[in-house]
Amino acid sequence: MTVKSTTRARKKAAPAVPDTLPPVLSEAQSSESQPDAQPELIQLLTPEGIRVEHPDFPLTTTPEELRSLYRDLVLVRRFDAEATSLQRQGELGLWASLLGQEAAQVGSGRAMRTGDYAFPTYREHGVAWCRDVDPLNLLGMFRGVNHGGWDPNEKNFHLYTIVIGAQTLHATGYAMGITKDSADDAVIAYFGDGASSQGDVSEAFTFASVYNAPVVFFCQNNQWAISEPTTNQTRIPLYRRASGFGFPGVRVDGNDVLACLAVTRWALDHARSGNGPVLVEAFTYRMGAHTTSDDPTRYRATEETESWKVKDPISRLKAYLEHEGLADEAFFAELEAESEQLGLRVREGVRNMPDPDPTLIFDHVYAEPHTLVDEERAEYEAYAASFEGGENH
Amino acid sequence: MAGQLSIAKALNEALRKSLENDPKTLLMGEDIGKLGGVFRITDGLQKDFGEDRVIDTPLAESGIVGTAIGLALRGYRPVVEIQFDGFVYPAFDQIVSQLAKMHARALGHVKMPVTVRIPFAGGIGAVEHHSESHEAYFAHTAGLRVVTPSNAHDAHWMLRQAIASDDPVIFLEPKRRYWDKGEVGDSADLGLHSARVVRPGADATLIAYGPMVKVCQEAAAAAEEDGRRLEVVDLRSISPIDFATVEESVKRTGRAIVVHEAPVFMGLGSELAARITERCFYHLEAPVLRVGGYHAPYPPSRVEESYLPDLDRVLDAVDRALAF
Ligand SMILES: Cc1ncc(C[n+]2csc(CCOP(=O)(O)OP(=O)(O)O)c2C)c(N)n1
Ligand SMILES: [Mg+2]
Repeated sequence: MTVKSTTRARKKAAPAVPDTLPPVLSEAQSSESQPDAQPELIQLLTPEGIRVEHPDFPLTTTPEELRSLYRDLVLVRRFDAEATSLQRQGELGLWASLLGQEAAQVGSGRAMRTGDYAFPTYREHGVAWCRDVDPLNLLGMFRGVNHGGWDPNEKNFHLYTIVIGAQTLHATGYAMGITKDSADDAVIAYFGDGASSQGDVSEAFTFASVYNAPVVFFCQNNQWAISEPTTNQTRIPLYRRASGFGFPGVRVDGNDVLACLAVTRWALDHARSGNGPVLVEAFTYRMGAHTTSDDPTRYRATEETESWKVKDPISRLKAYLEHEGLADEAFFAELEAESEQLGLRVREGVRNMPDPDPTLIFDHVYAEPHTLVDEERAEYEAYAASFEGGENH
Repeated sequence: MAGQLSIAKALNEALRKSLENDPKTLLMGEDIGKLGGVFRITDGLQKDFGEDRVIDTPLAESGIVGTAIGLALRGYRPVVEIQFDGFVYPAFDQIVSQLAKMHARALGHVKMPVTVRIPFAGGIGAVEHHSESHEAYFAHTAGLRVVTPSNAHDAHWMLRQAIASDDPVIFLEPKRRYWDKGEVGDSADLGLHSARVVRPGADATLIAYGPMVKVCQEAAAAAEEDGRRLEVVDLRSISPIDFATVEESVKRTGRAIVVHEAPVFMGLGSELAARITERCFYHLEAPVLRVGGYHAPYPPSRVEESYLPDLDRVLDAVDRALAF
């Protein structure tokens, strides 16, 4: 079965809730009648690096595109590793590593068009990379110099959201606005397997389906929510939650960048063409700790982590590039050099990131003047000035 | 605006004007369309502005506020109706952690022009969760503005100012006064955050807002018969508070009594008492007294009269203040 071609016109009202699953879902995915059946995992590149076809998600790629995706994966992993070591060195207060989830983020991030908008959690460094957000911007909040601070509208990449699930509603509201503007942009709401239990996520599903909003719910099921396995969140595969809300859900191999790209592209086009939301469950694995403060040896077995190592998103694409002769030695060497450069830039950028002036505390509490904030700022400034030399500390 | 309008109608007109003046203004809430809201504040607006701008939402408060935030990010100016005070708590995270903080988190790069209208406070004989005064929670949250009108003129103009504000505003509507009528002037005579001396006096200052302004005015009228001249200050804005007006009044009268329906403990009165003590210490003839609700769940309606500050409780406090 191939993906049904969709119309341009955005429907005003939500379509009637389908009594069968939308046609895009293969038989294997719509196996509600056999709840114990293993769901099909949409895959275009096996862990061994063999290119396979999927009837619903055809994908053609040029060698250059494949190399470009590989470059993204490598650089994103390098950035992440650099941030982890900067935390170890005391330059960052905390870091939430994306190790293992590079393909889910790069695949979905590269599926977006310029006008599309991403609403991330706190771990979407790979998506930020694809949106061309300066990696140093992401480090500000982990260093403690701001709570984000970048202009979300510059790259259509919203601020990181730490309250899990909350951003799925912002994404849905934004998508409702797109519909009102009769624009053909779409939105991706990122969230995790743990977040799937939050009421806000269910409410976002409801609003998105009722208003037929052009939003793709992209759940990275990395198997863990800190120490809680996915079995603490759900009895059914997460992608099947969508059917109860009346929109399609698919499960994709989250370690396969090609599958993530193809599926997300389809989902975004489905949404932007007036067909409403889609839930994509990217089946992946959090290879590292939840954050640098976490100790996963307390709750999960090394064998499990080891078993996911062979599914690594980067090595499978590398194997493919190599045995198909799509990249030569020079490419890999150049990329290695670029990766070193990125590491250096990030290290230096973080170390030279200045602490803000303490009056930052008062700067942006409100958009318009506020007497109490003005008064407290004046009090603070007078107090700071009362010290010898008028220093702030 | 010609003639006397009820607070409800004044609010309705304010919404209509806001929808007319700015195509980005949207109304969102439960039953605000065909029904016109359970208090009819949005009566007729969906008919005139369409379902795309006056939106009957799913019954999910967090979802309403959360999607309003997303719409604001897209350039819209949503005005959200929470059906009753006690039903805002499911949206508490979206209001306190998301809406209030977004501007600061983005270092000013995004604005959050979202107004959250909430019919609040008691006195209408309702079942539980329909009579609460939760202003202190919101006033305690930086990033939010919190206001409440006490009359039709302010209801109209303050709502228009709140909607025009680029900051999130919690707009508390004194539901038991919805049907009180008053003249609505042709323009706003005060800024959104200014207090108003609604009755001049010299012996003590009664400080109130929302539904308690009327109670204080009645108390002042009764006290006058005993030769006591009480000044009444209608705060109008709970965050920020116009302390200049409060200070000026209390320095003249030397006595202050804060009146609100919300529980006294950790209520606005505590903040006002502390500030007045700091600013007017040498002018005070008596400690600042507070009249308000008890530290108990809002009671069943058959006993709410005993919970709510009324004329007698206000006058009792006046007696105590003047006895110092
Ligand atoms: C509302 C809320 N509750 C609790 C937390 C603390 N917390 C941070 S991340 C996390 C786990 C989230 O798991 P998941 O959604 O699977 O995302 P992942 O961290 O695996 O990417 C928890 C419990 C939070 N940030 N927000
Ligand atoms: Mg997880």
